[in-house]
Amino acid sequence: MAQIFPKYVNAIPFVLAFGFIGTGVFAFGVVWYFGSPKYTDVGYRPKQPVPFSHRLHAGELGMDCRYCHASIEVSQEANIPPTQTCMGCHSMVLTDSEKLQLVRDSAKSDEPIEWVRIHKLPQYSYFDHSVHLRAGVGCYSCHGKVTEMDVVEQKQPLSMGWCLDCHRQPENHLRDLASVTVTDMTWTPPDNQAEIAKRLISEKRLNPPEDCSACHQ
Amino acid sequence: MSSTADSTTVRPPLISGNQTFSTITQRISEIVEIEVQKTPKAWFIAFGISSSLAGGMGLMIAYLLWEGTGIWGLNQPAGWGWAIVNFVFWVGIGHAGTLISAILFLFRQKWRTSINRFAEAMTIFAVICAGMFPGIHVGRAWVAYWMFPLPNQMDIWPNFRSPLLWDVFAVSTYFTVSCLFWYVGLIPDLATLRDRAKSGIRKVLLGIAALGWRGSNRQWSNYEKAYLILAGLATPLVLSVHTVVSFDFAVGIVPGWHTTIFPPYFVAGAIFSGFAMVMTLAVIARWIYKLEDFITMRHLENMNKIMLLTGMLVGYAYACEFFISWYGGNPYEQSIFINRATGPYAWAYWTMVSCNVLSPQIFWFKKCRTSIPVMFVVSILINIGMWFERFVITVTSLSQDYLPSSWGYYIPTVYDVGIFIGSFGLFLTLFLLFLRFLPMIAIAEVKGVIPEADPHHYDH
Repeated sequence: MAQIFPKYVNAIPFVLAFGFIGTGVFAFGVVWYFGSPKYTDVGYRPKQPVPFSHRLHAGELGMDCRYCHASIEVSQEANIPPTQTCMGCHSMVLTDSEKLQLVRDSAKSDEPIEWVRIHKLPQYSYFDHSVHLRAGVGCYSCHGKVTEMDVVEQKQPLSMGWCLDCHRQPENHLRDLASVTVTDMTWTPPDNQAEIAKRLISEKRLNPPEDCSACHQ
Repeated sequence: MSSTADSTTVRPPLISGNQTFSTITQRISEIVEIEVQKTPKAWFIAFGISSSLAGGMGLMIAYLLWEGTGIWGLNQPAGWGWAIVNFVFWVGIGHAGTLISAILFLFRQKWRTSINRFAEAMTIFAVICAGMFPGIHVGRAWVAYWMFPLPNQMDIWPNFRSPLLWDVFAVSTYFTVSCLFWYVGLIPDLATLRDRAKSGIRKVLLGIAALGWRGSNRQWSNYEKAYLILAGLATPLVLSVHTVVSFDFAVGIVPGWHTTIFPPYFVAGAIFSGFAMVMTLAVIARWIYKLEDFITMRHLENMNKIMLLTGMLVGYAYACEFFISWYGGNPYEQSIFINRATGPYAWAYWTMVSCNVLSPQIFWFKKCRTSIPVMFVVSILINIGMWFERFVITVTSLSQDYLPSSWGYYIPTVYDVGIFIGSFGLFLTLFLLFLRFLPMIAIAEVKGVIPEADPHHYDH
């Protein structure tokens, strides 16, 4: 009986076996890296309707975050300021700037500007902004050095694993609000951070929850 | 000599009709080798019906994924409904295939050779149907991978103390080993088909599937070893898989579930239902393909005996549950069992008892045990009864547990029923494809049990 397959076919099972393993590892790696929020979300920097520069306002001019984002310490939601807040200064400064045309229109018409949201959490996750600030977690921990960004971008993955990392080990992100503001972008953990964190945790009775219902209520 | 004679001195033949090596090859191979036009009409009709049912199920599942599990009859308190019932039902069905192929192999029960191939196929298809239900019953099939311990960006990890996770491992191991076992057994037969193939493409495809089998002594020796090892691996699975499935219930504290009898009770029930399904399929396939010489009355009778035995084991378990709930003095247990027999689900309970405990008793009589119509009807009754057993366990306990204020009644919707019927469609579609394209009887193994295989016949 004639042979159905030529001799080189004998090598195919080995090629397939190794190819299968290699493809598996490769596919896993691709999903692992490119599917991660570290890749898909970090660095998200949409173009905003008005070229507002945080570097200029919060950095060079040294305005506190809370001047505009006034509700961050008292509300679940961190607010975007109304354009009337902008006009507090810009009714006197750069009153003719073309870049500010939208802001002036909005302040006059009471129609808010549609800023593009950068830091998005899923609907099914409950997040309270004020709780985190009261615990002493600074803006920097989640938002990065906004004072150096002309256009704000996402610096952290905001994935569930990332949330849990800090909930499990909050020590390096807790500030003693008696000596530093929560908005201070230059703060770095002092040498005795471990001690401070330990004291803060027991004083404020901090107990970051890790159960499902804490965030998925 | 009759193939069902109970002689202690002479073994009745396993294969009748004076078969030789070549007639066996011819009879079994020709079923899968005939041209498309000559496929039996019954096959086309059955395939049309079952694949339509499977397609209908596909649409219903699509709607389920779109809309959510609200389209089912699930309510508070019955959060587990037909999806779980069907899962346990189908996993159970699979067990007979593994018992026939692995345990009967280790016990050198030669009569298994005529039925092991399609019993194993049935196992695989049943596990496919079963595996579908846990995937869809949470309503969010796109996160079904959460069932597996895969490292992920959410830092979530399955709970290793939960029997639901053990179940994932049990069923996926079971599926893997069943597939391997089935495929290894198929290799020599695929090579037979390859050698008989006329067309080039058929030669190539079967050649690839046969993995270069030439039938040399060395290959046979390796094959036998591999088969034995796989049988050894599959044997504990017959007991462990349904044990773990029973833990899904028994580890919970719901009255009627939290009992230590569940593992053996579930395993006996699984083998019972599986043999019933093998019987249903064997009777039909034997009739359509005229395989009376291969699946003889002796095979059928042996299976009926196993059904009689396992049916009584299951009956014992039902009785034992009642006894223990009385003897244990736990009022919640007592109430759930009294409710099962007399409460709103009494109709389901008594359907279960009459199908599972009473109907197989007819097999005490040899006349009934060897009558095709009787065994066909009883096997269908057992299938029905075993489905109701899972329904009774799952739904009655949930509907009426500790808190009478939240008792409820579970009413299935058209989607519950449709998906269940559709799973039969899927099962039969796969089975019919198997009958049409792969040898349904293990050619090489059957040759080993005819007298020609042993020239010194009975002369030890």
